[in-house]
Amino acid sequence: MLDSALEVLRMQAAGEASAVEIAERAMDAIEASQTVHNAYTHVDRESAIASAKTIDAKRAAGEPLGALAGVPIAVKDVLCTSDMPTTCSSEMLRGFRPPYDATVIEKLRAADAVIVGKTNMDEFAMGASTETSAFGITKNPWDTTRTPGGSSGGAAAAVAAGTVPLSLGTDTGGSIRQPSAFCGVTGLKPTYGRVSRYGLVAFASSLDQIGPIAWSADDCALLMNVIAGFEPRDSTSLDQPVPDYTLATESNDLRGMRIGVLRESLQAEGIDESIRTAVSHAIGVLAELGAEIVDVDLPHREYWVPTYYVIAPSEASSNLSRYDGAHYGHRAGEEAKDLVTMYCRSRAEGFGAEVKRRIMVGTYALSEGYADEYYNKALKVRRLIRGDYDAAFSQVDLLLGPVTPTPAFKLGDKVDDPIQMYLCDLFTVGANLAGVPAISLPGGFDPAGLPIGIQLQAPTLEESRLLFAASAFQSATDYHTQRPKQ
Amino acid sequence: MSQLPTTTIIGLEVHVQLKTATKLFCGCSTKFGSPPNTQVCPVCLGLPGALPVINEHAIELAIRAGLAIRCDIPPLTKWDRKQYFYPDLPKGYQISQFDLPICADGCLEITDPADPDAIRRIGIIRAHLEEDAGKSMHDEAAGRADSRIDLNRCGTPLLEIVSEPDMRTADEALAYLIKLKEIMTHLGVSDCEMQEGSLRVDANVNLHIDKHGQRIATPIVEVKNMNSFRNVAAALDYEVERQYAEWEETGHTIQTHGKRTFGWDDVKCVTYPQREKEESADYRYFPCPDLLPIRIPRERVEQIRASLGETPEETRERLQSQYGIKAYDADVIVSQGRAMVEYFDAAAMASGDGKRTSSWIQQDVMRTLKEQGSDIESFGVSAEQLGKLLSKVKAGELTNDRARDVFKHVSENGGGIEDAIKALGIEAVDDSEMESLVKELLAANPKVVDDVKNGNQKAVGSLIGQARGKNPNANPQKIREIALRLIDQA
Repeated sequence: MLDSALEVLRMQAAGEASAVEIAERAMDAIEASQTVHNAYTHVDRESAIASAKTIDAKRAAGEPLGALAGVPIAVKDVLCTSDMPTTCSSEMLRGFRPPYDATVIEKLRAADAVIVGKTNMDEFAMGASTETSAFGITKNPWDTTRTPGGSSGGAAAAVAAGTVPLSLGTDTGGSIRQPSAFCGVTGLKPTYGRVSRYGLVAFASSLDQIGPIAWSADDCALLMNVIAGFEPRDSTSLDQPVPDYTLATESNDLRGMRIGVLRESLQAEGIDESIRTAVSHAIGVLAELGAEIVDVDLPHREYWVPTYYVIAPSEASSNLSRYDGAHYGHRAGEEAKDLVTMYCRSRAEGFGAEVKRRIMVGTYALSEGYADEYYNKALKVRRLIRGDYDAAFSQVDLLLGPVTPTPAFKLGDKVDDPIQMYLCDLFTVGANLAGVPAISLPGGFDPAGLPIGIQLQAPTLEESRLLFAASAFQSATDYHTQRPKQ
Repeated sequence: MSQLPTTTIIGLEVHVQLKTATKLFCGCSTKFGSPPNTQVCPVCLGLPGALPVINEHAIELAIRAGLAIRCDIPPLTKWDRKQYFYPDLPKGYQISQFDLPICADGCLEITDPADPDAIRRIGIIRAHLEEDAGKSMHDEAAGRADSRIDLNRCGTPLLEIVSEPDMRTADEALAYLIKLKEIMTHLGVSDCEMQEGSLRVDANVNLHIDKHGQRIATPIVEVKNMNSFRNVAAALDYEVERQYAEWEETGHTIQTHGKRTFGWDDVKCVTYPQREKEESADYRYFPCPDLLPIRIPRERVEQIRASLGETPEETRERLQSQYGIKAYDADVIVSQGRAMVEYFDAAAMASGDGKRTSSWIQQDVMRTLKEQGSDIESFGVSAEQLGKLLSKVKAGELTNDRARDVFKHVSENGGGIEDAIKALGIEAVDDSEMESLVKELLAANPKVVDDVKNGNQKAVGSLIGQARGKNPNANPQKIREIALRLIDQA
């Protein structure tokens, strides 16, 4: 079991284990887990061991080592890697190898992390259960009859199953936080623009953001230090200094911090009693640590999901136009005699049902005569939603609420009911629409023993504040130290 | 033919390729003519995960162009995606500008082709930036239907300049294009080479027919694929005839048939209907989420305006008044672009003889550039050297022929004027030496002496050739003077 990046670093520094031994342990754990959980789409034992060897050699030679030296990490299969396929869990990109590394991958390599493989996801990150993957479903390590959530279900399950201490996910409407909640791990969606999107295969460009998944806030801080920062290749990345996030996790004293509770959201229909209980419990813990708790409201909350489900598919319909069979990816066979037939067949065969649904919704929402009614109206509502956040953060330092309406649901329960699946995003899409950072933390268990997540949200670029409160919460609770039974 | 009175309505959309070293959204070269798919990267190939980054130089050039055609440069401009499927468009959308173009509401004044004393003012609706697509090459030889795609051009910056439908004849359209090209090349905004595709024209044309006081508009035709200005004019003239005939035959109007796209066949000299692009009906424009809107501060616009310098007309007028050269000569120099004007200015200053400099530039300099296939910026004879050379000619130190030898020597071997003069063995011949040479020749040519004495001064000419045969540095003017003086004294 490899469950803490900080521990892996300590073991190597103390000479208790080499990077190669750690990599081998990770690869053995992956092999054992894969047949049960199917968290990975691609694993490369040889290259992981080879890069671990290089790190051991550097250490032996006394050369300077990166911040993640010898730490095994799994990355969601939506991030471009030049030495592994990048498929987005789609038939369309089965076997596709990009000629370049995403910026975050370059940064991981520069930090001497050991990339063990690519993790399973909903196709093109569209879904909340990892059931739309073309590479089979991923199972929740806490209960294999249940979903790990999605779309970063593989990345969250890979950590929860103890195969790696860290993984990278992406979050467009909750895709890091919801699976983290379902899998009992800690997941951070940074501020939009905090982490470069260069090399992240786009789903909805104005909402997508890359972030860390780990057992603890402390490990998330470690990974944030490596991946955050301005990059000229992403025009939407923010040219702002990057603090040392690990410093934020040193104090547990929350005195002077005002935390707003999204009380209204707890009254929402369909919310599980165990979720309400966990949030109430978290309020108590944070108050005990010194935080002042007040009630706040984000008045346009009921428009979050409809707004999101216009903007995200609109952008997706455009972003996914490039998969036409002409240049790379899946192309329909010989029978396609003309260009239009080739396009239609390639896309019909290459994309799954959920991706097609969203392309159609988005195409419709951007069409002449409908754009004003849908896309342009959604942009206006998005501005109102941002305004709500600005108003709330003028009163409080952080927002506290649930991540999901229920704990992990059964595999197959919602996969044929898109509306039910979309409602999984009820509490998470606000942070994406507003561009603010948010974190999901283990906050308890339901009576069946399934993990429950609680969510903290902070103003733009206040990841340190989030990690400070999260780390303090974890110093006072032991939910993040619980492990699923093997 | 009893034709009803008609008015031709013409509007032009001109794409000029901006003269940037790299593409609009990535660092790939924009060089023309490289092997297919050698100037590409993940960004211009539209690979998954790649993101565009704006080329600041393109913004600069677009503003320059916009100011020169009297456009407003609004403080905010943004990027939009124009979506359609085509194999030479690898992202499935083109990054362009929809509702907030970088330049808006300008005009271009042309001389009325029907009245040289009148000015026609052609409105410009907008000029916006966009990325170019690649090139599809359809190889249907031998029954194969292979299509090949070259993406080198993909992502090259274009400025699309859209005129108001203010032109009424093909000649006006031609005058507009010539003027626009002159401004863009003069400002260094674009090469405007139609053969290389760095200037492309789409013409929109229809007729307003006056049928006994009732105005009938024929369907608008957009003509594409014209590869020269001459063809644009020919296509417009053709459309005027064709649309009238079509209306007489079918009665189609803009209400019944709207707008159509035609191509131009420059072999048969006819227009022909083109198949519309897939889904051209709805491009589903929306703001590109990968690029931030651009704020263009007033100060930046004013800075660029201040750097524009004089317009081609102003330059033409100045060259005529400052150097006393003819309108035609000024026009030739200005049409070569700003670099040539600067070269001429510097050379004429140094030579102190504008007319001589103008004629040398139009003959020797332009011919040599053509032979060397180079441009004035990298030409081996600097403006100062040419000026110095011509000042020597003016002072009578060098003959035109010898000056040409020096010019050729410098342009081929480099080095200075003095070095070339030395290398060619040119030296001034002193007067006493010259006098004895002429005496010698007069003694040997008594017939010349007689002819001159009988009033035929031209007879001296035959001595000049002989003198230069004996000493190539002999100055013909000097020989003539000395010979006449000696004969007169004899």
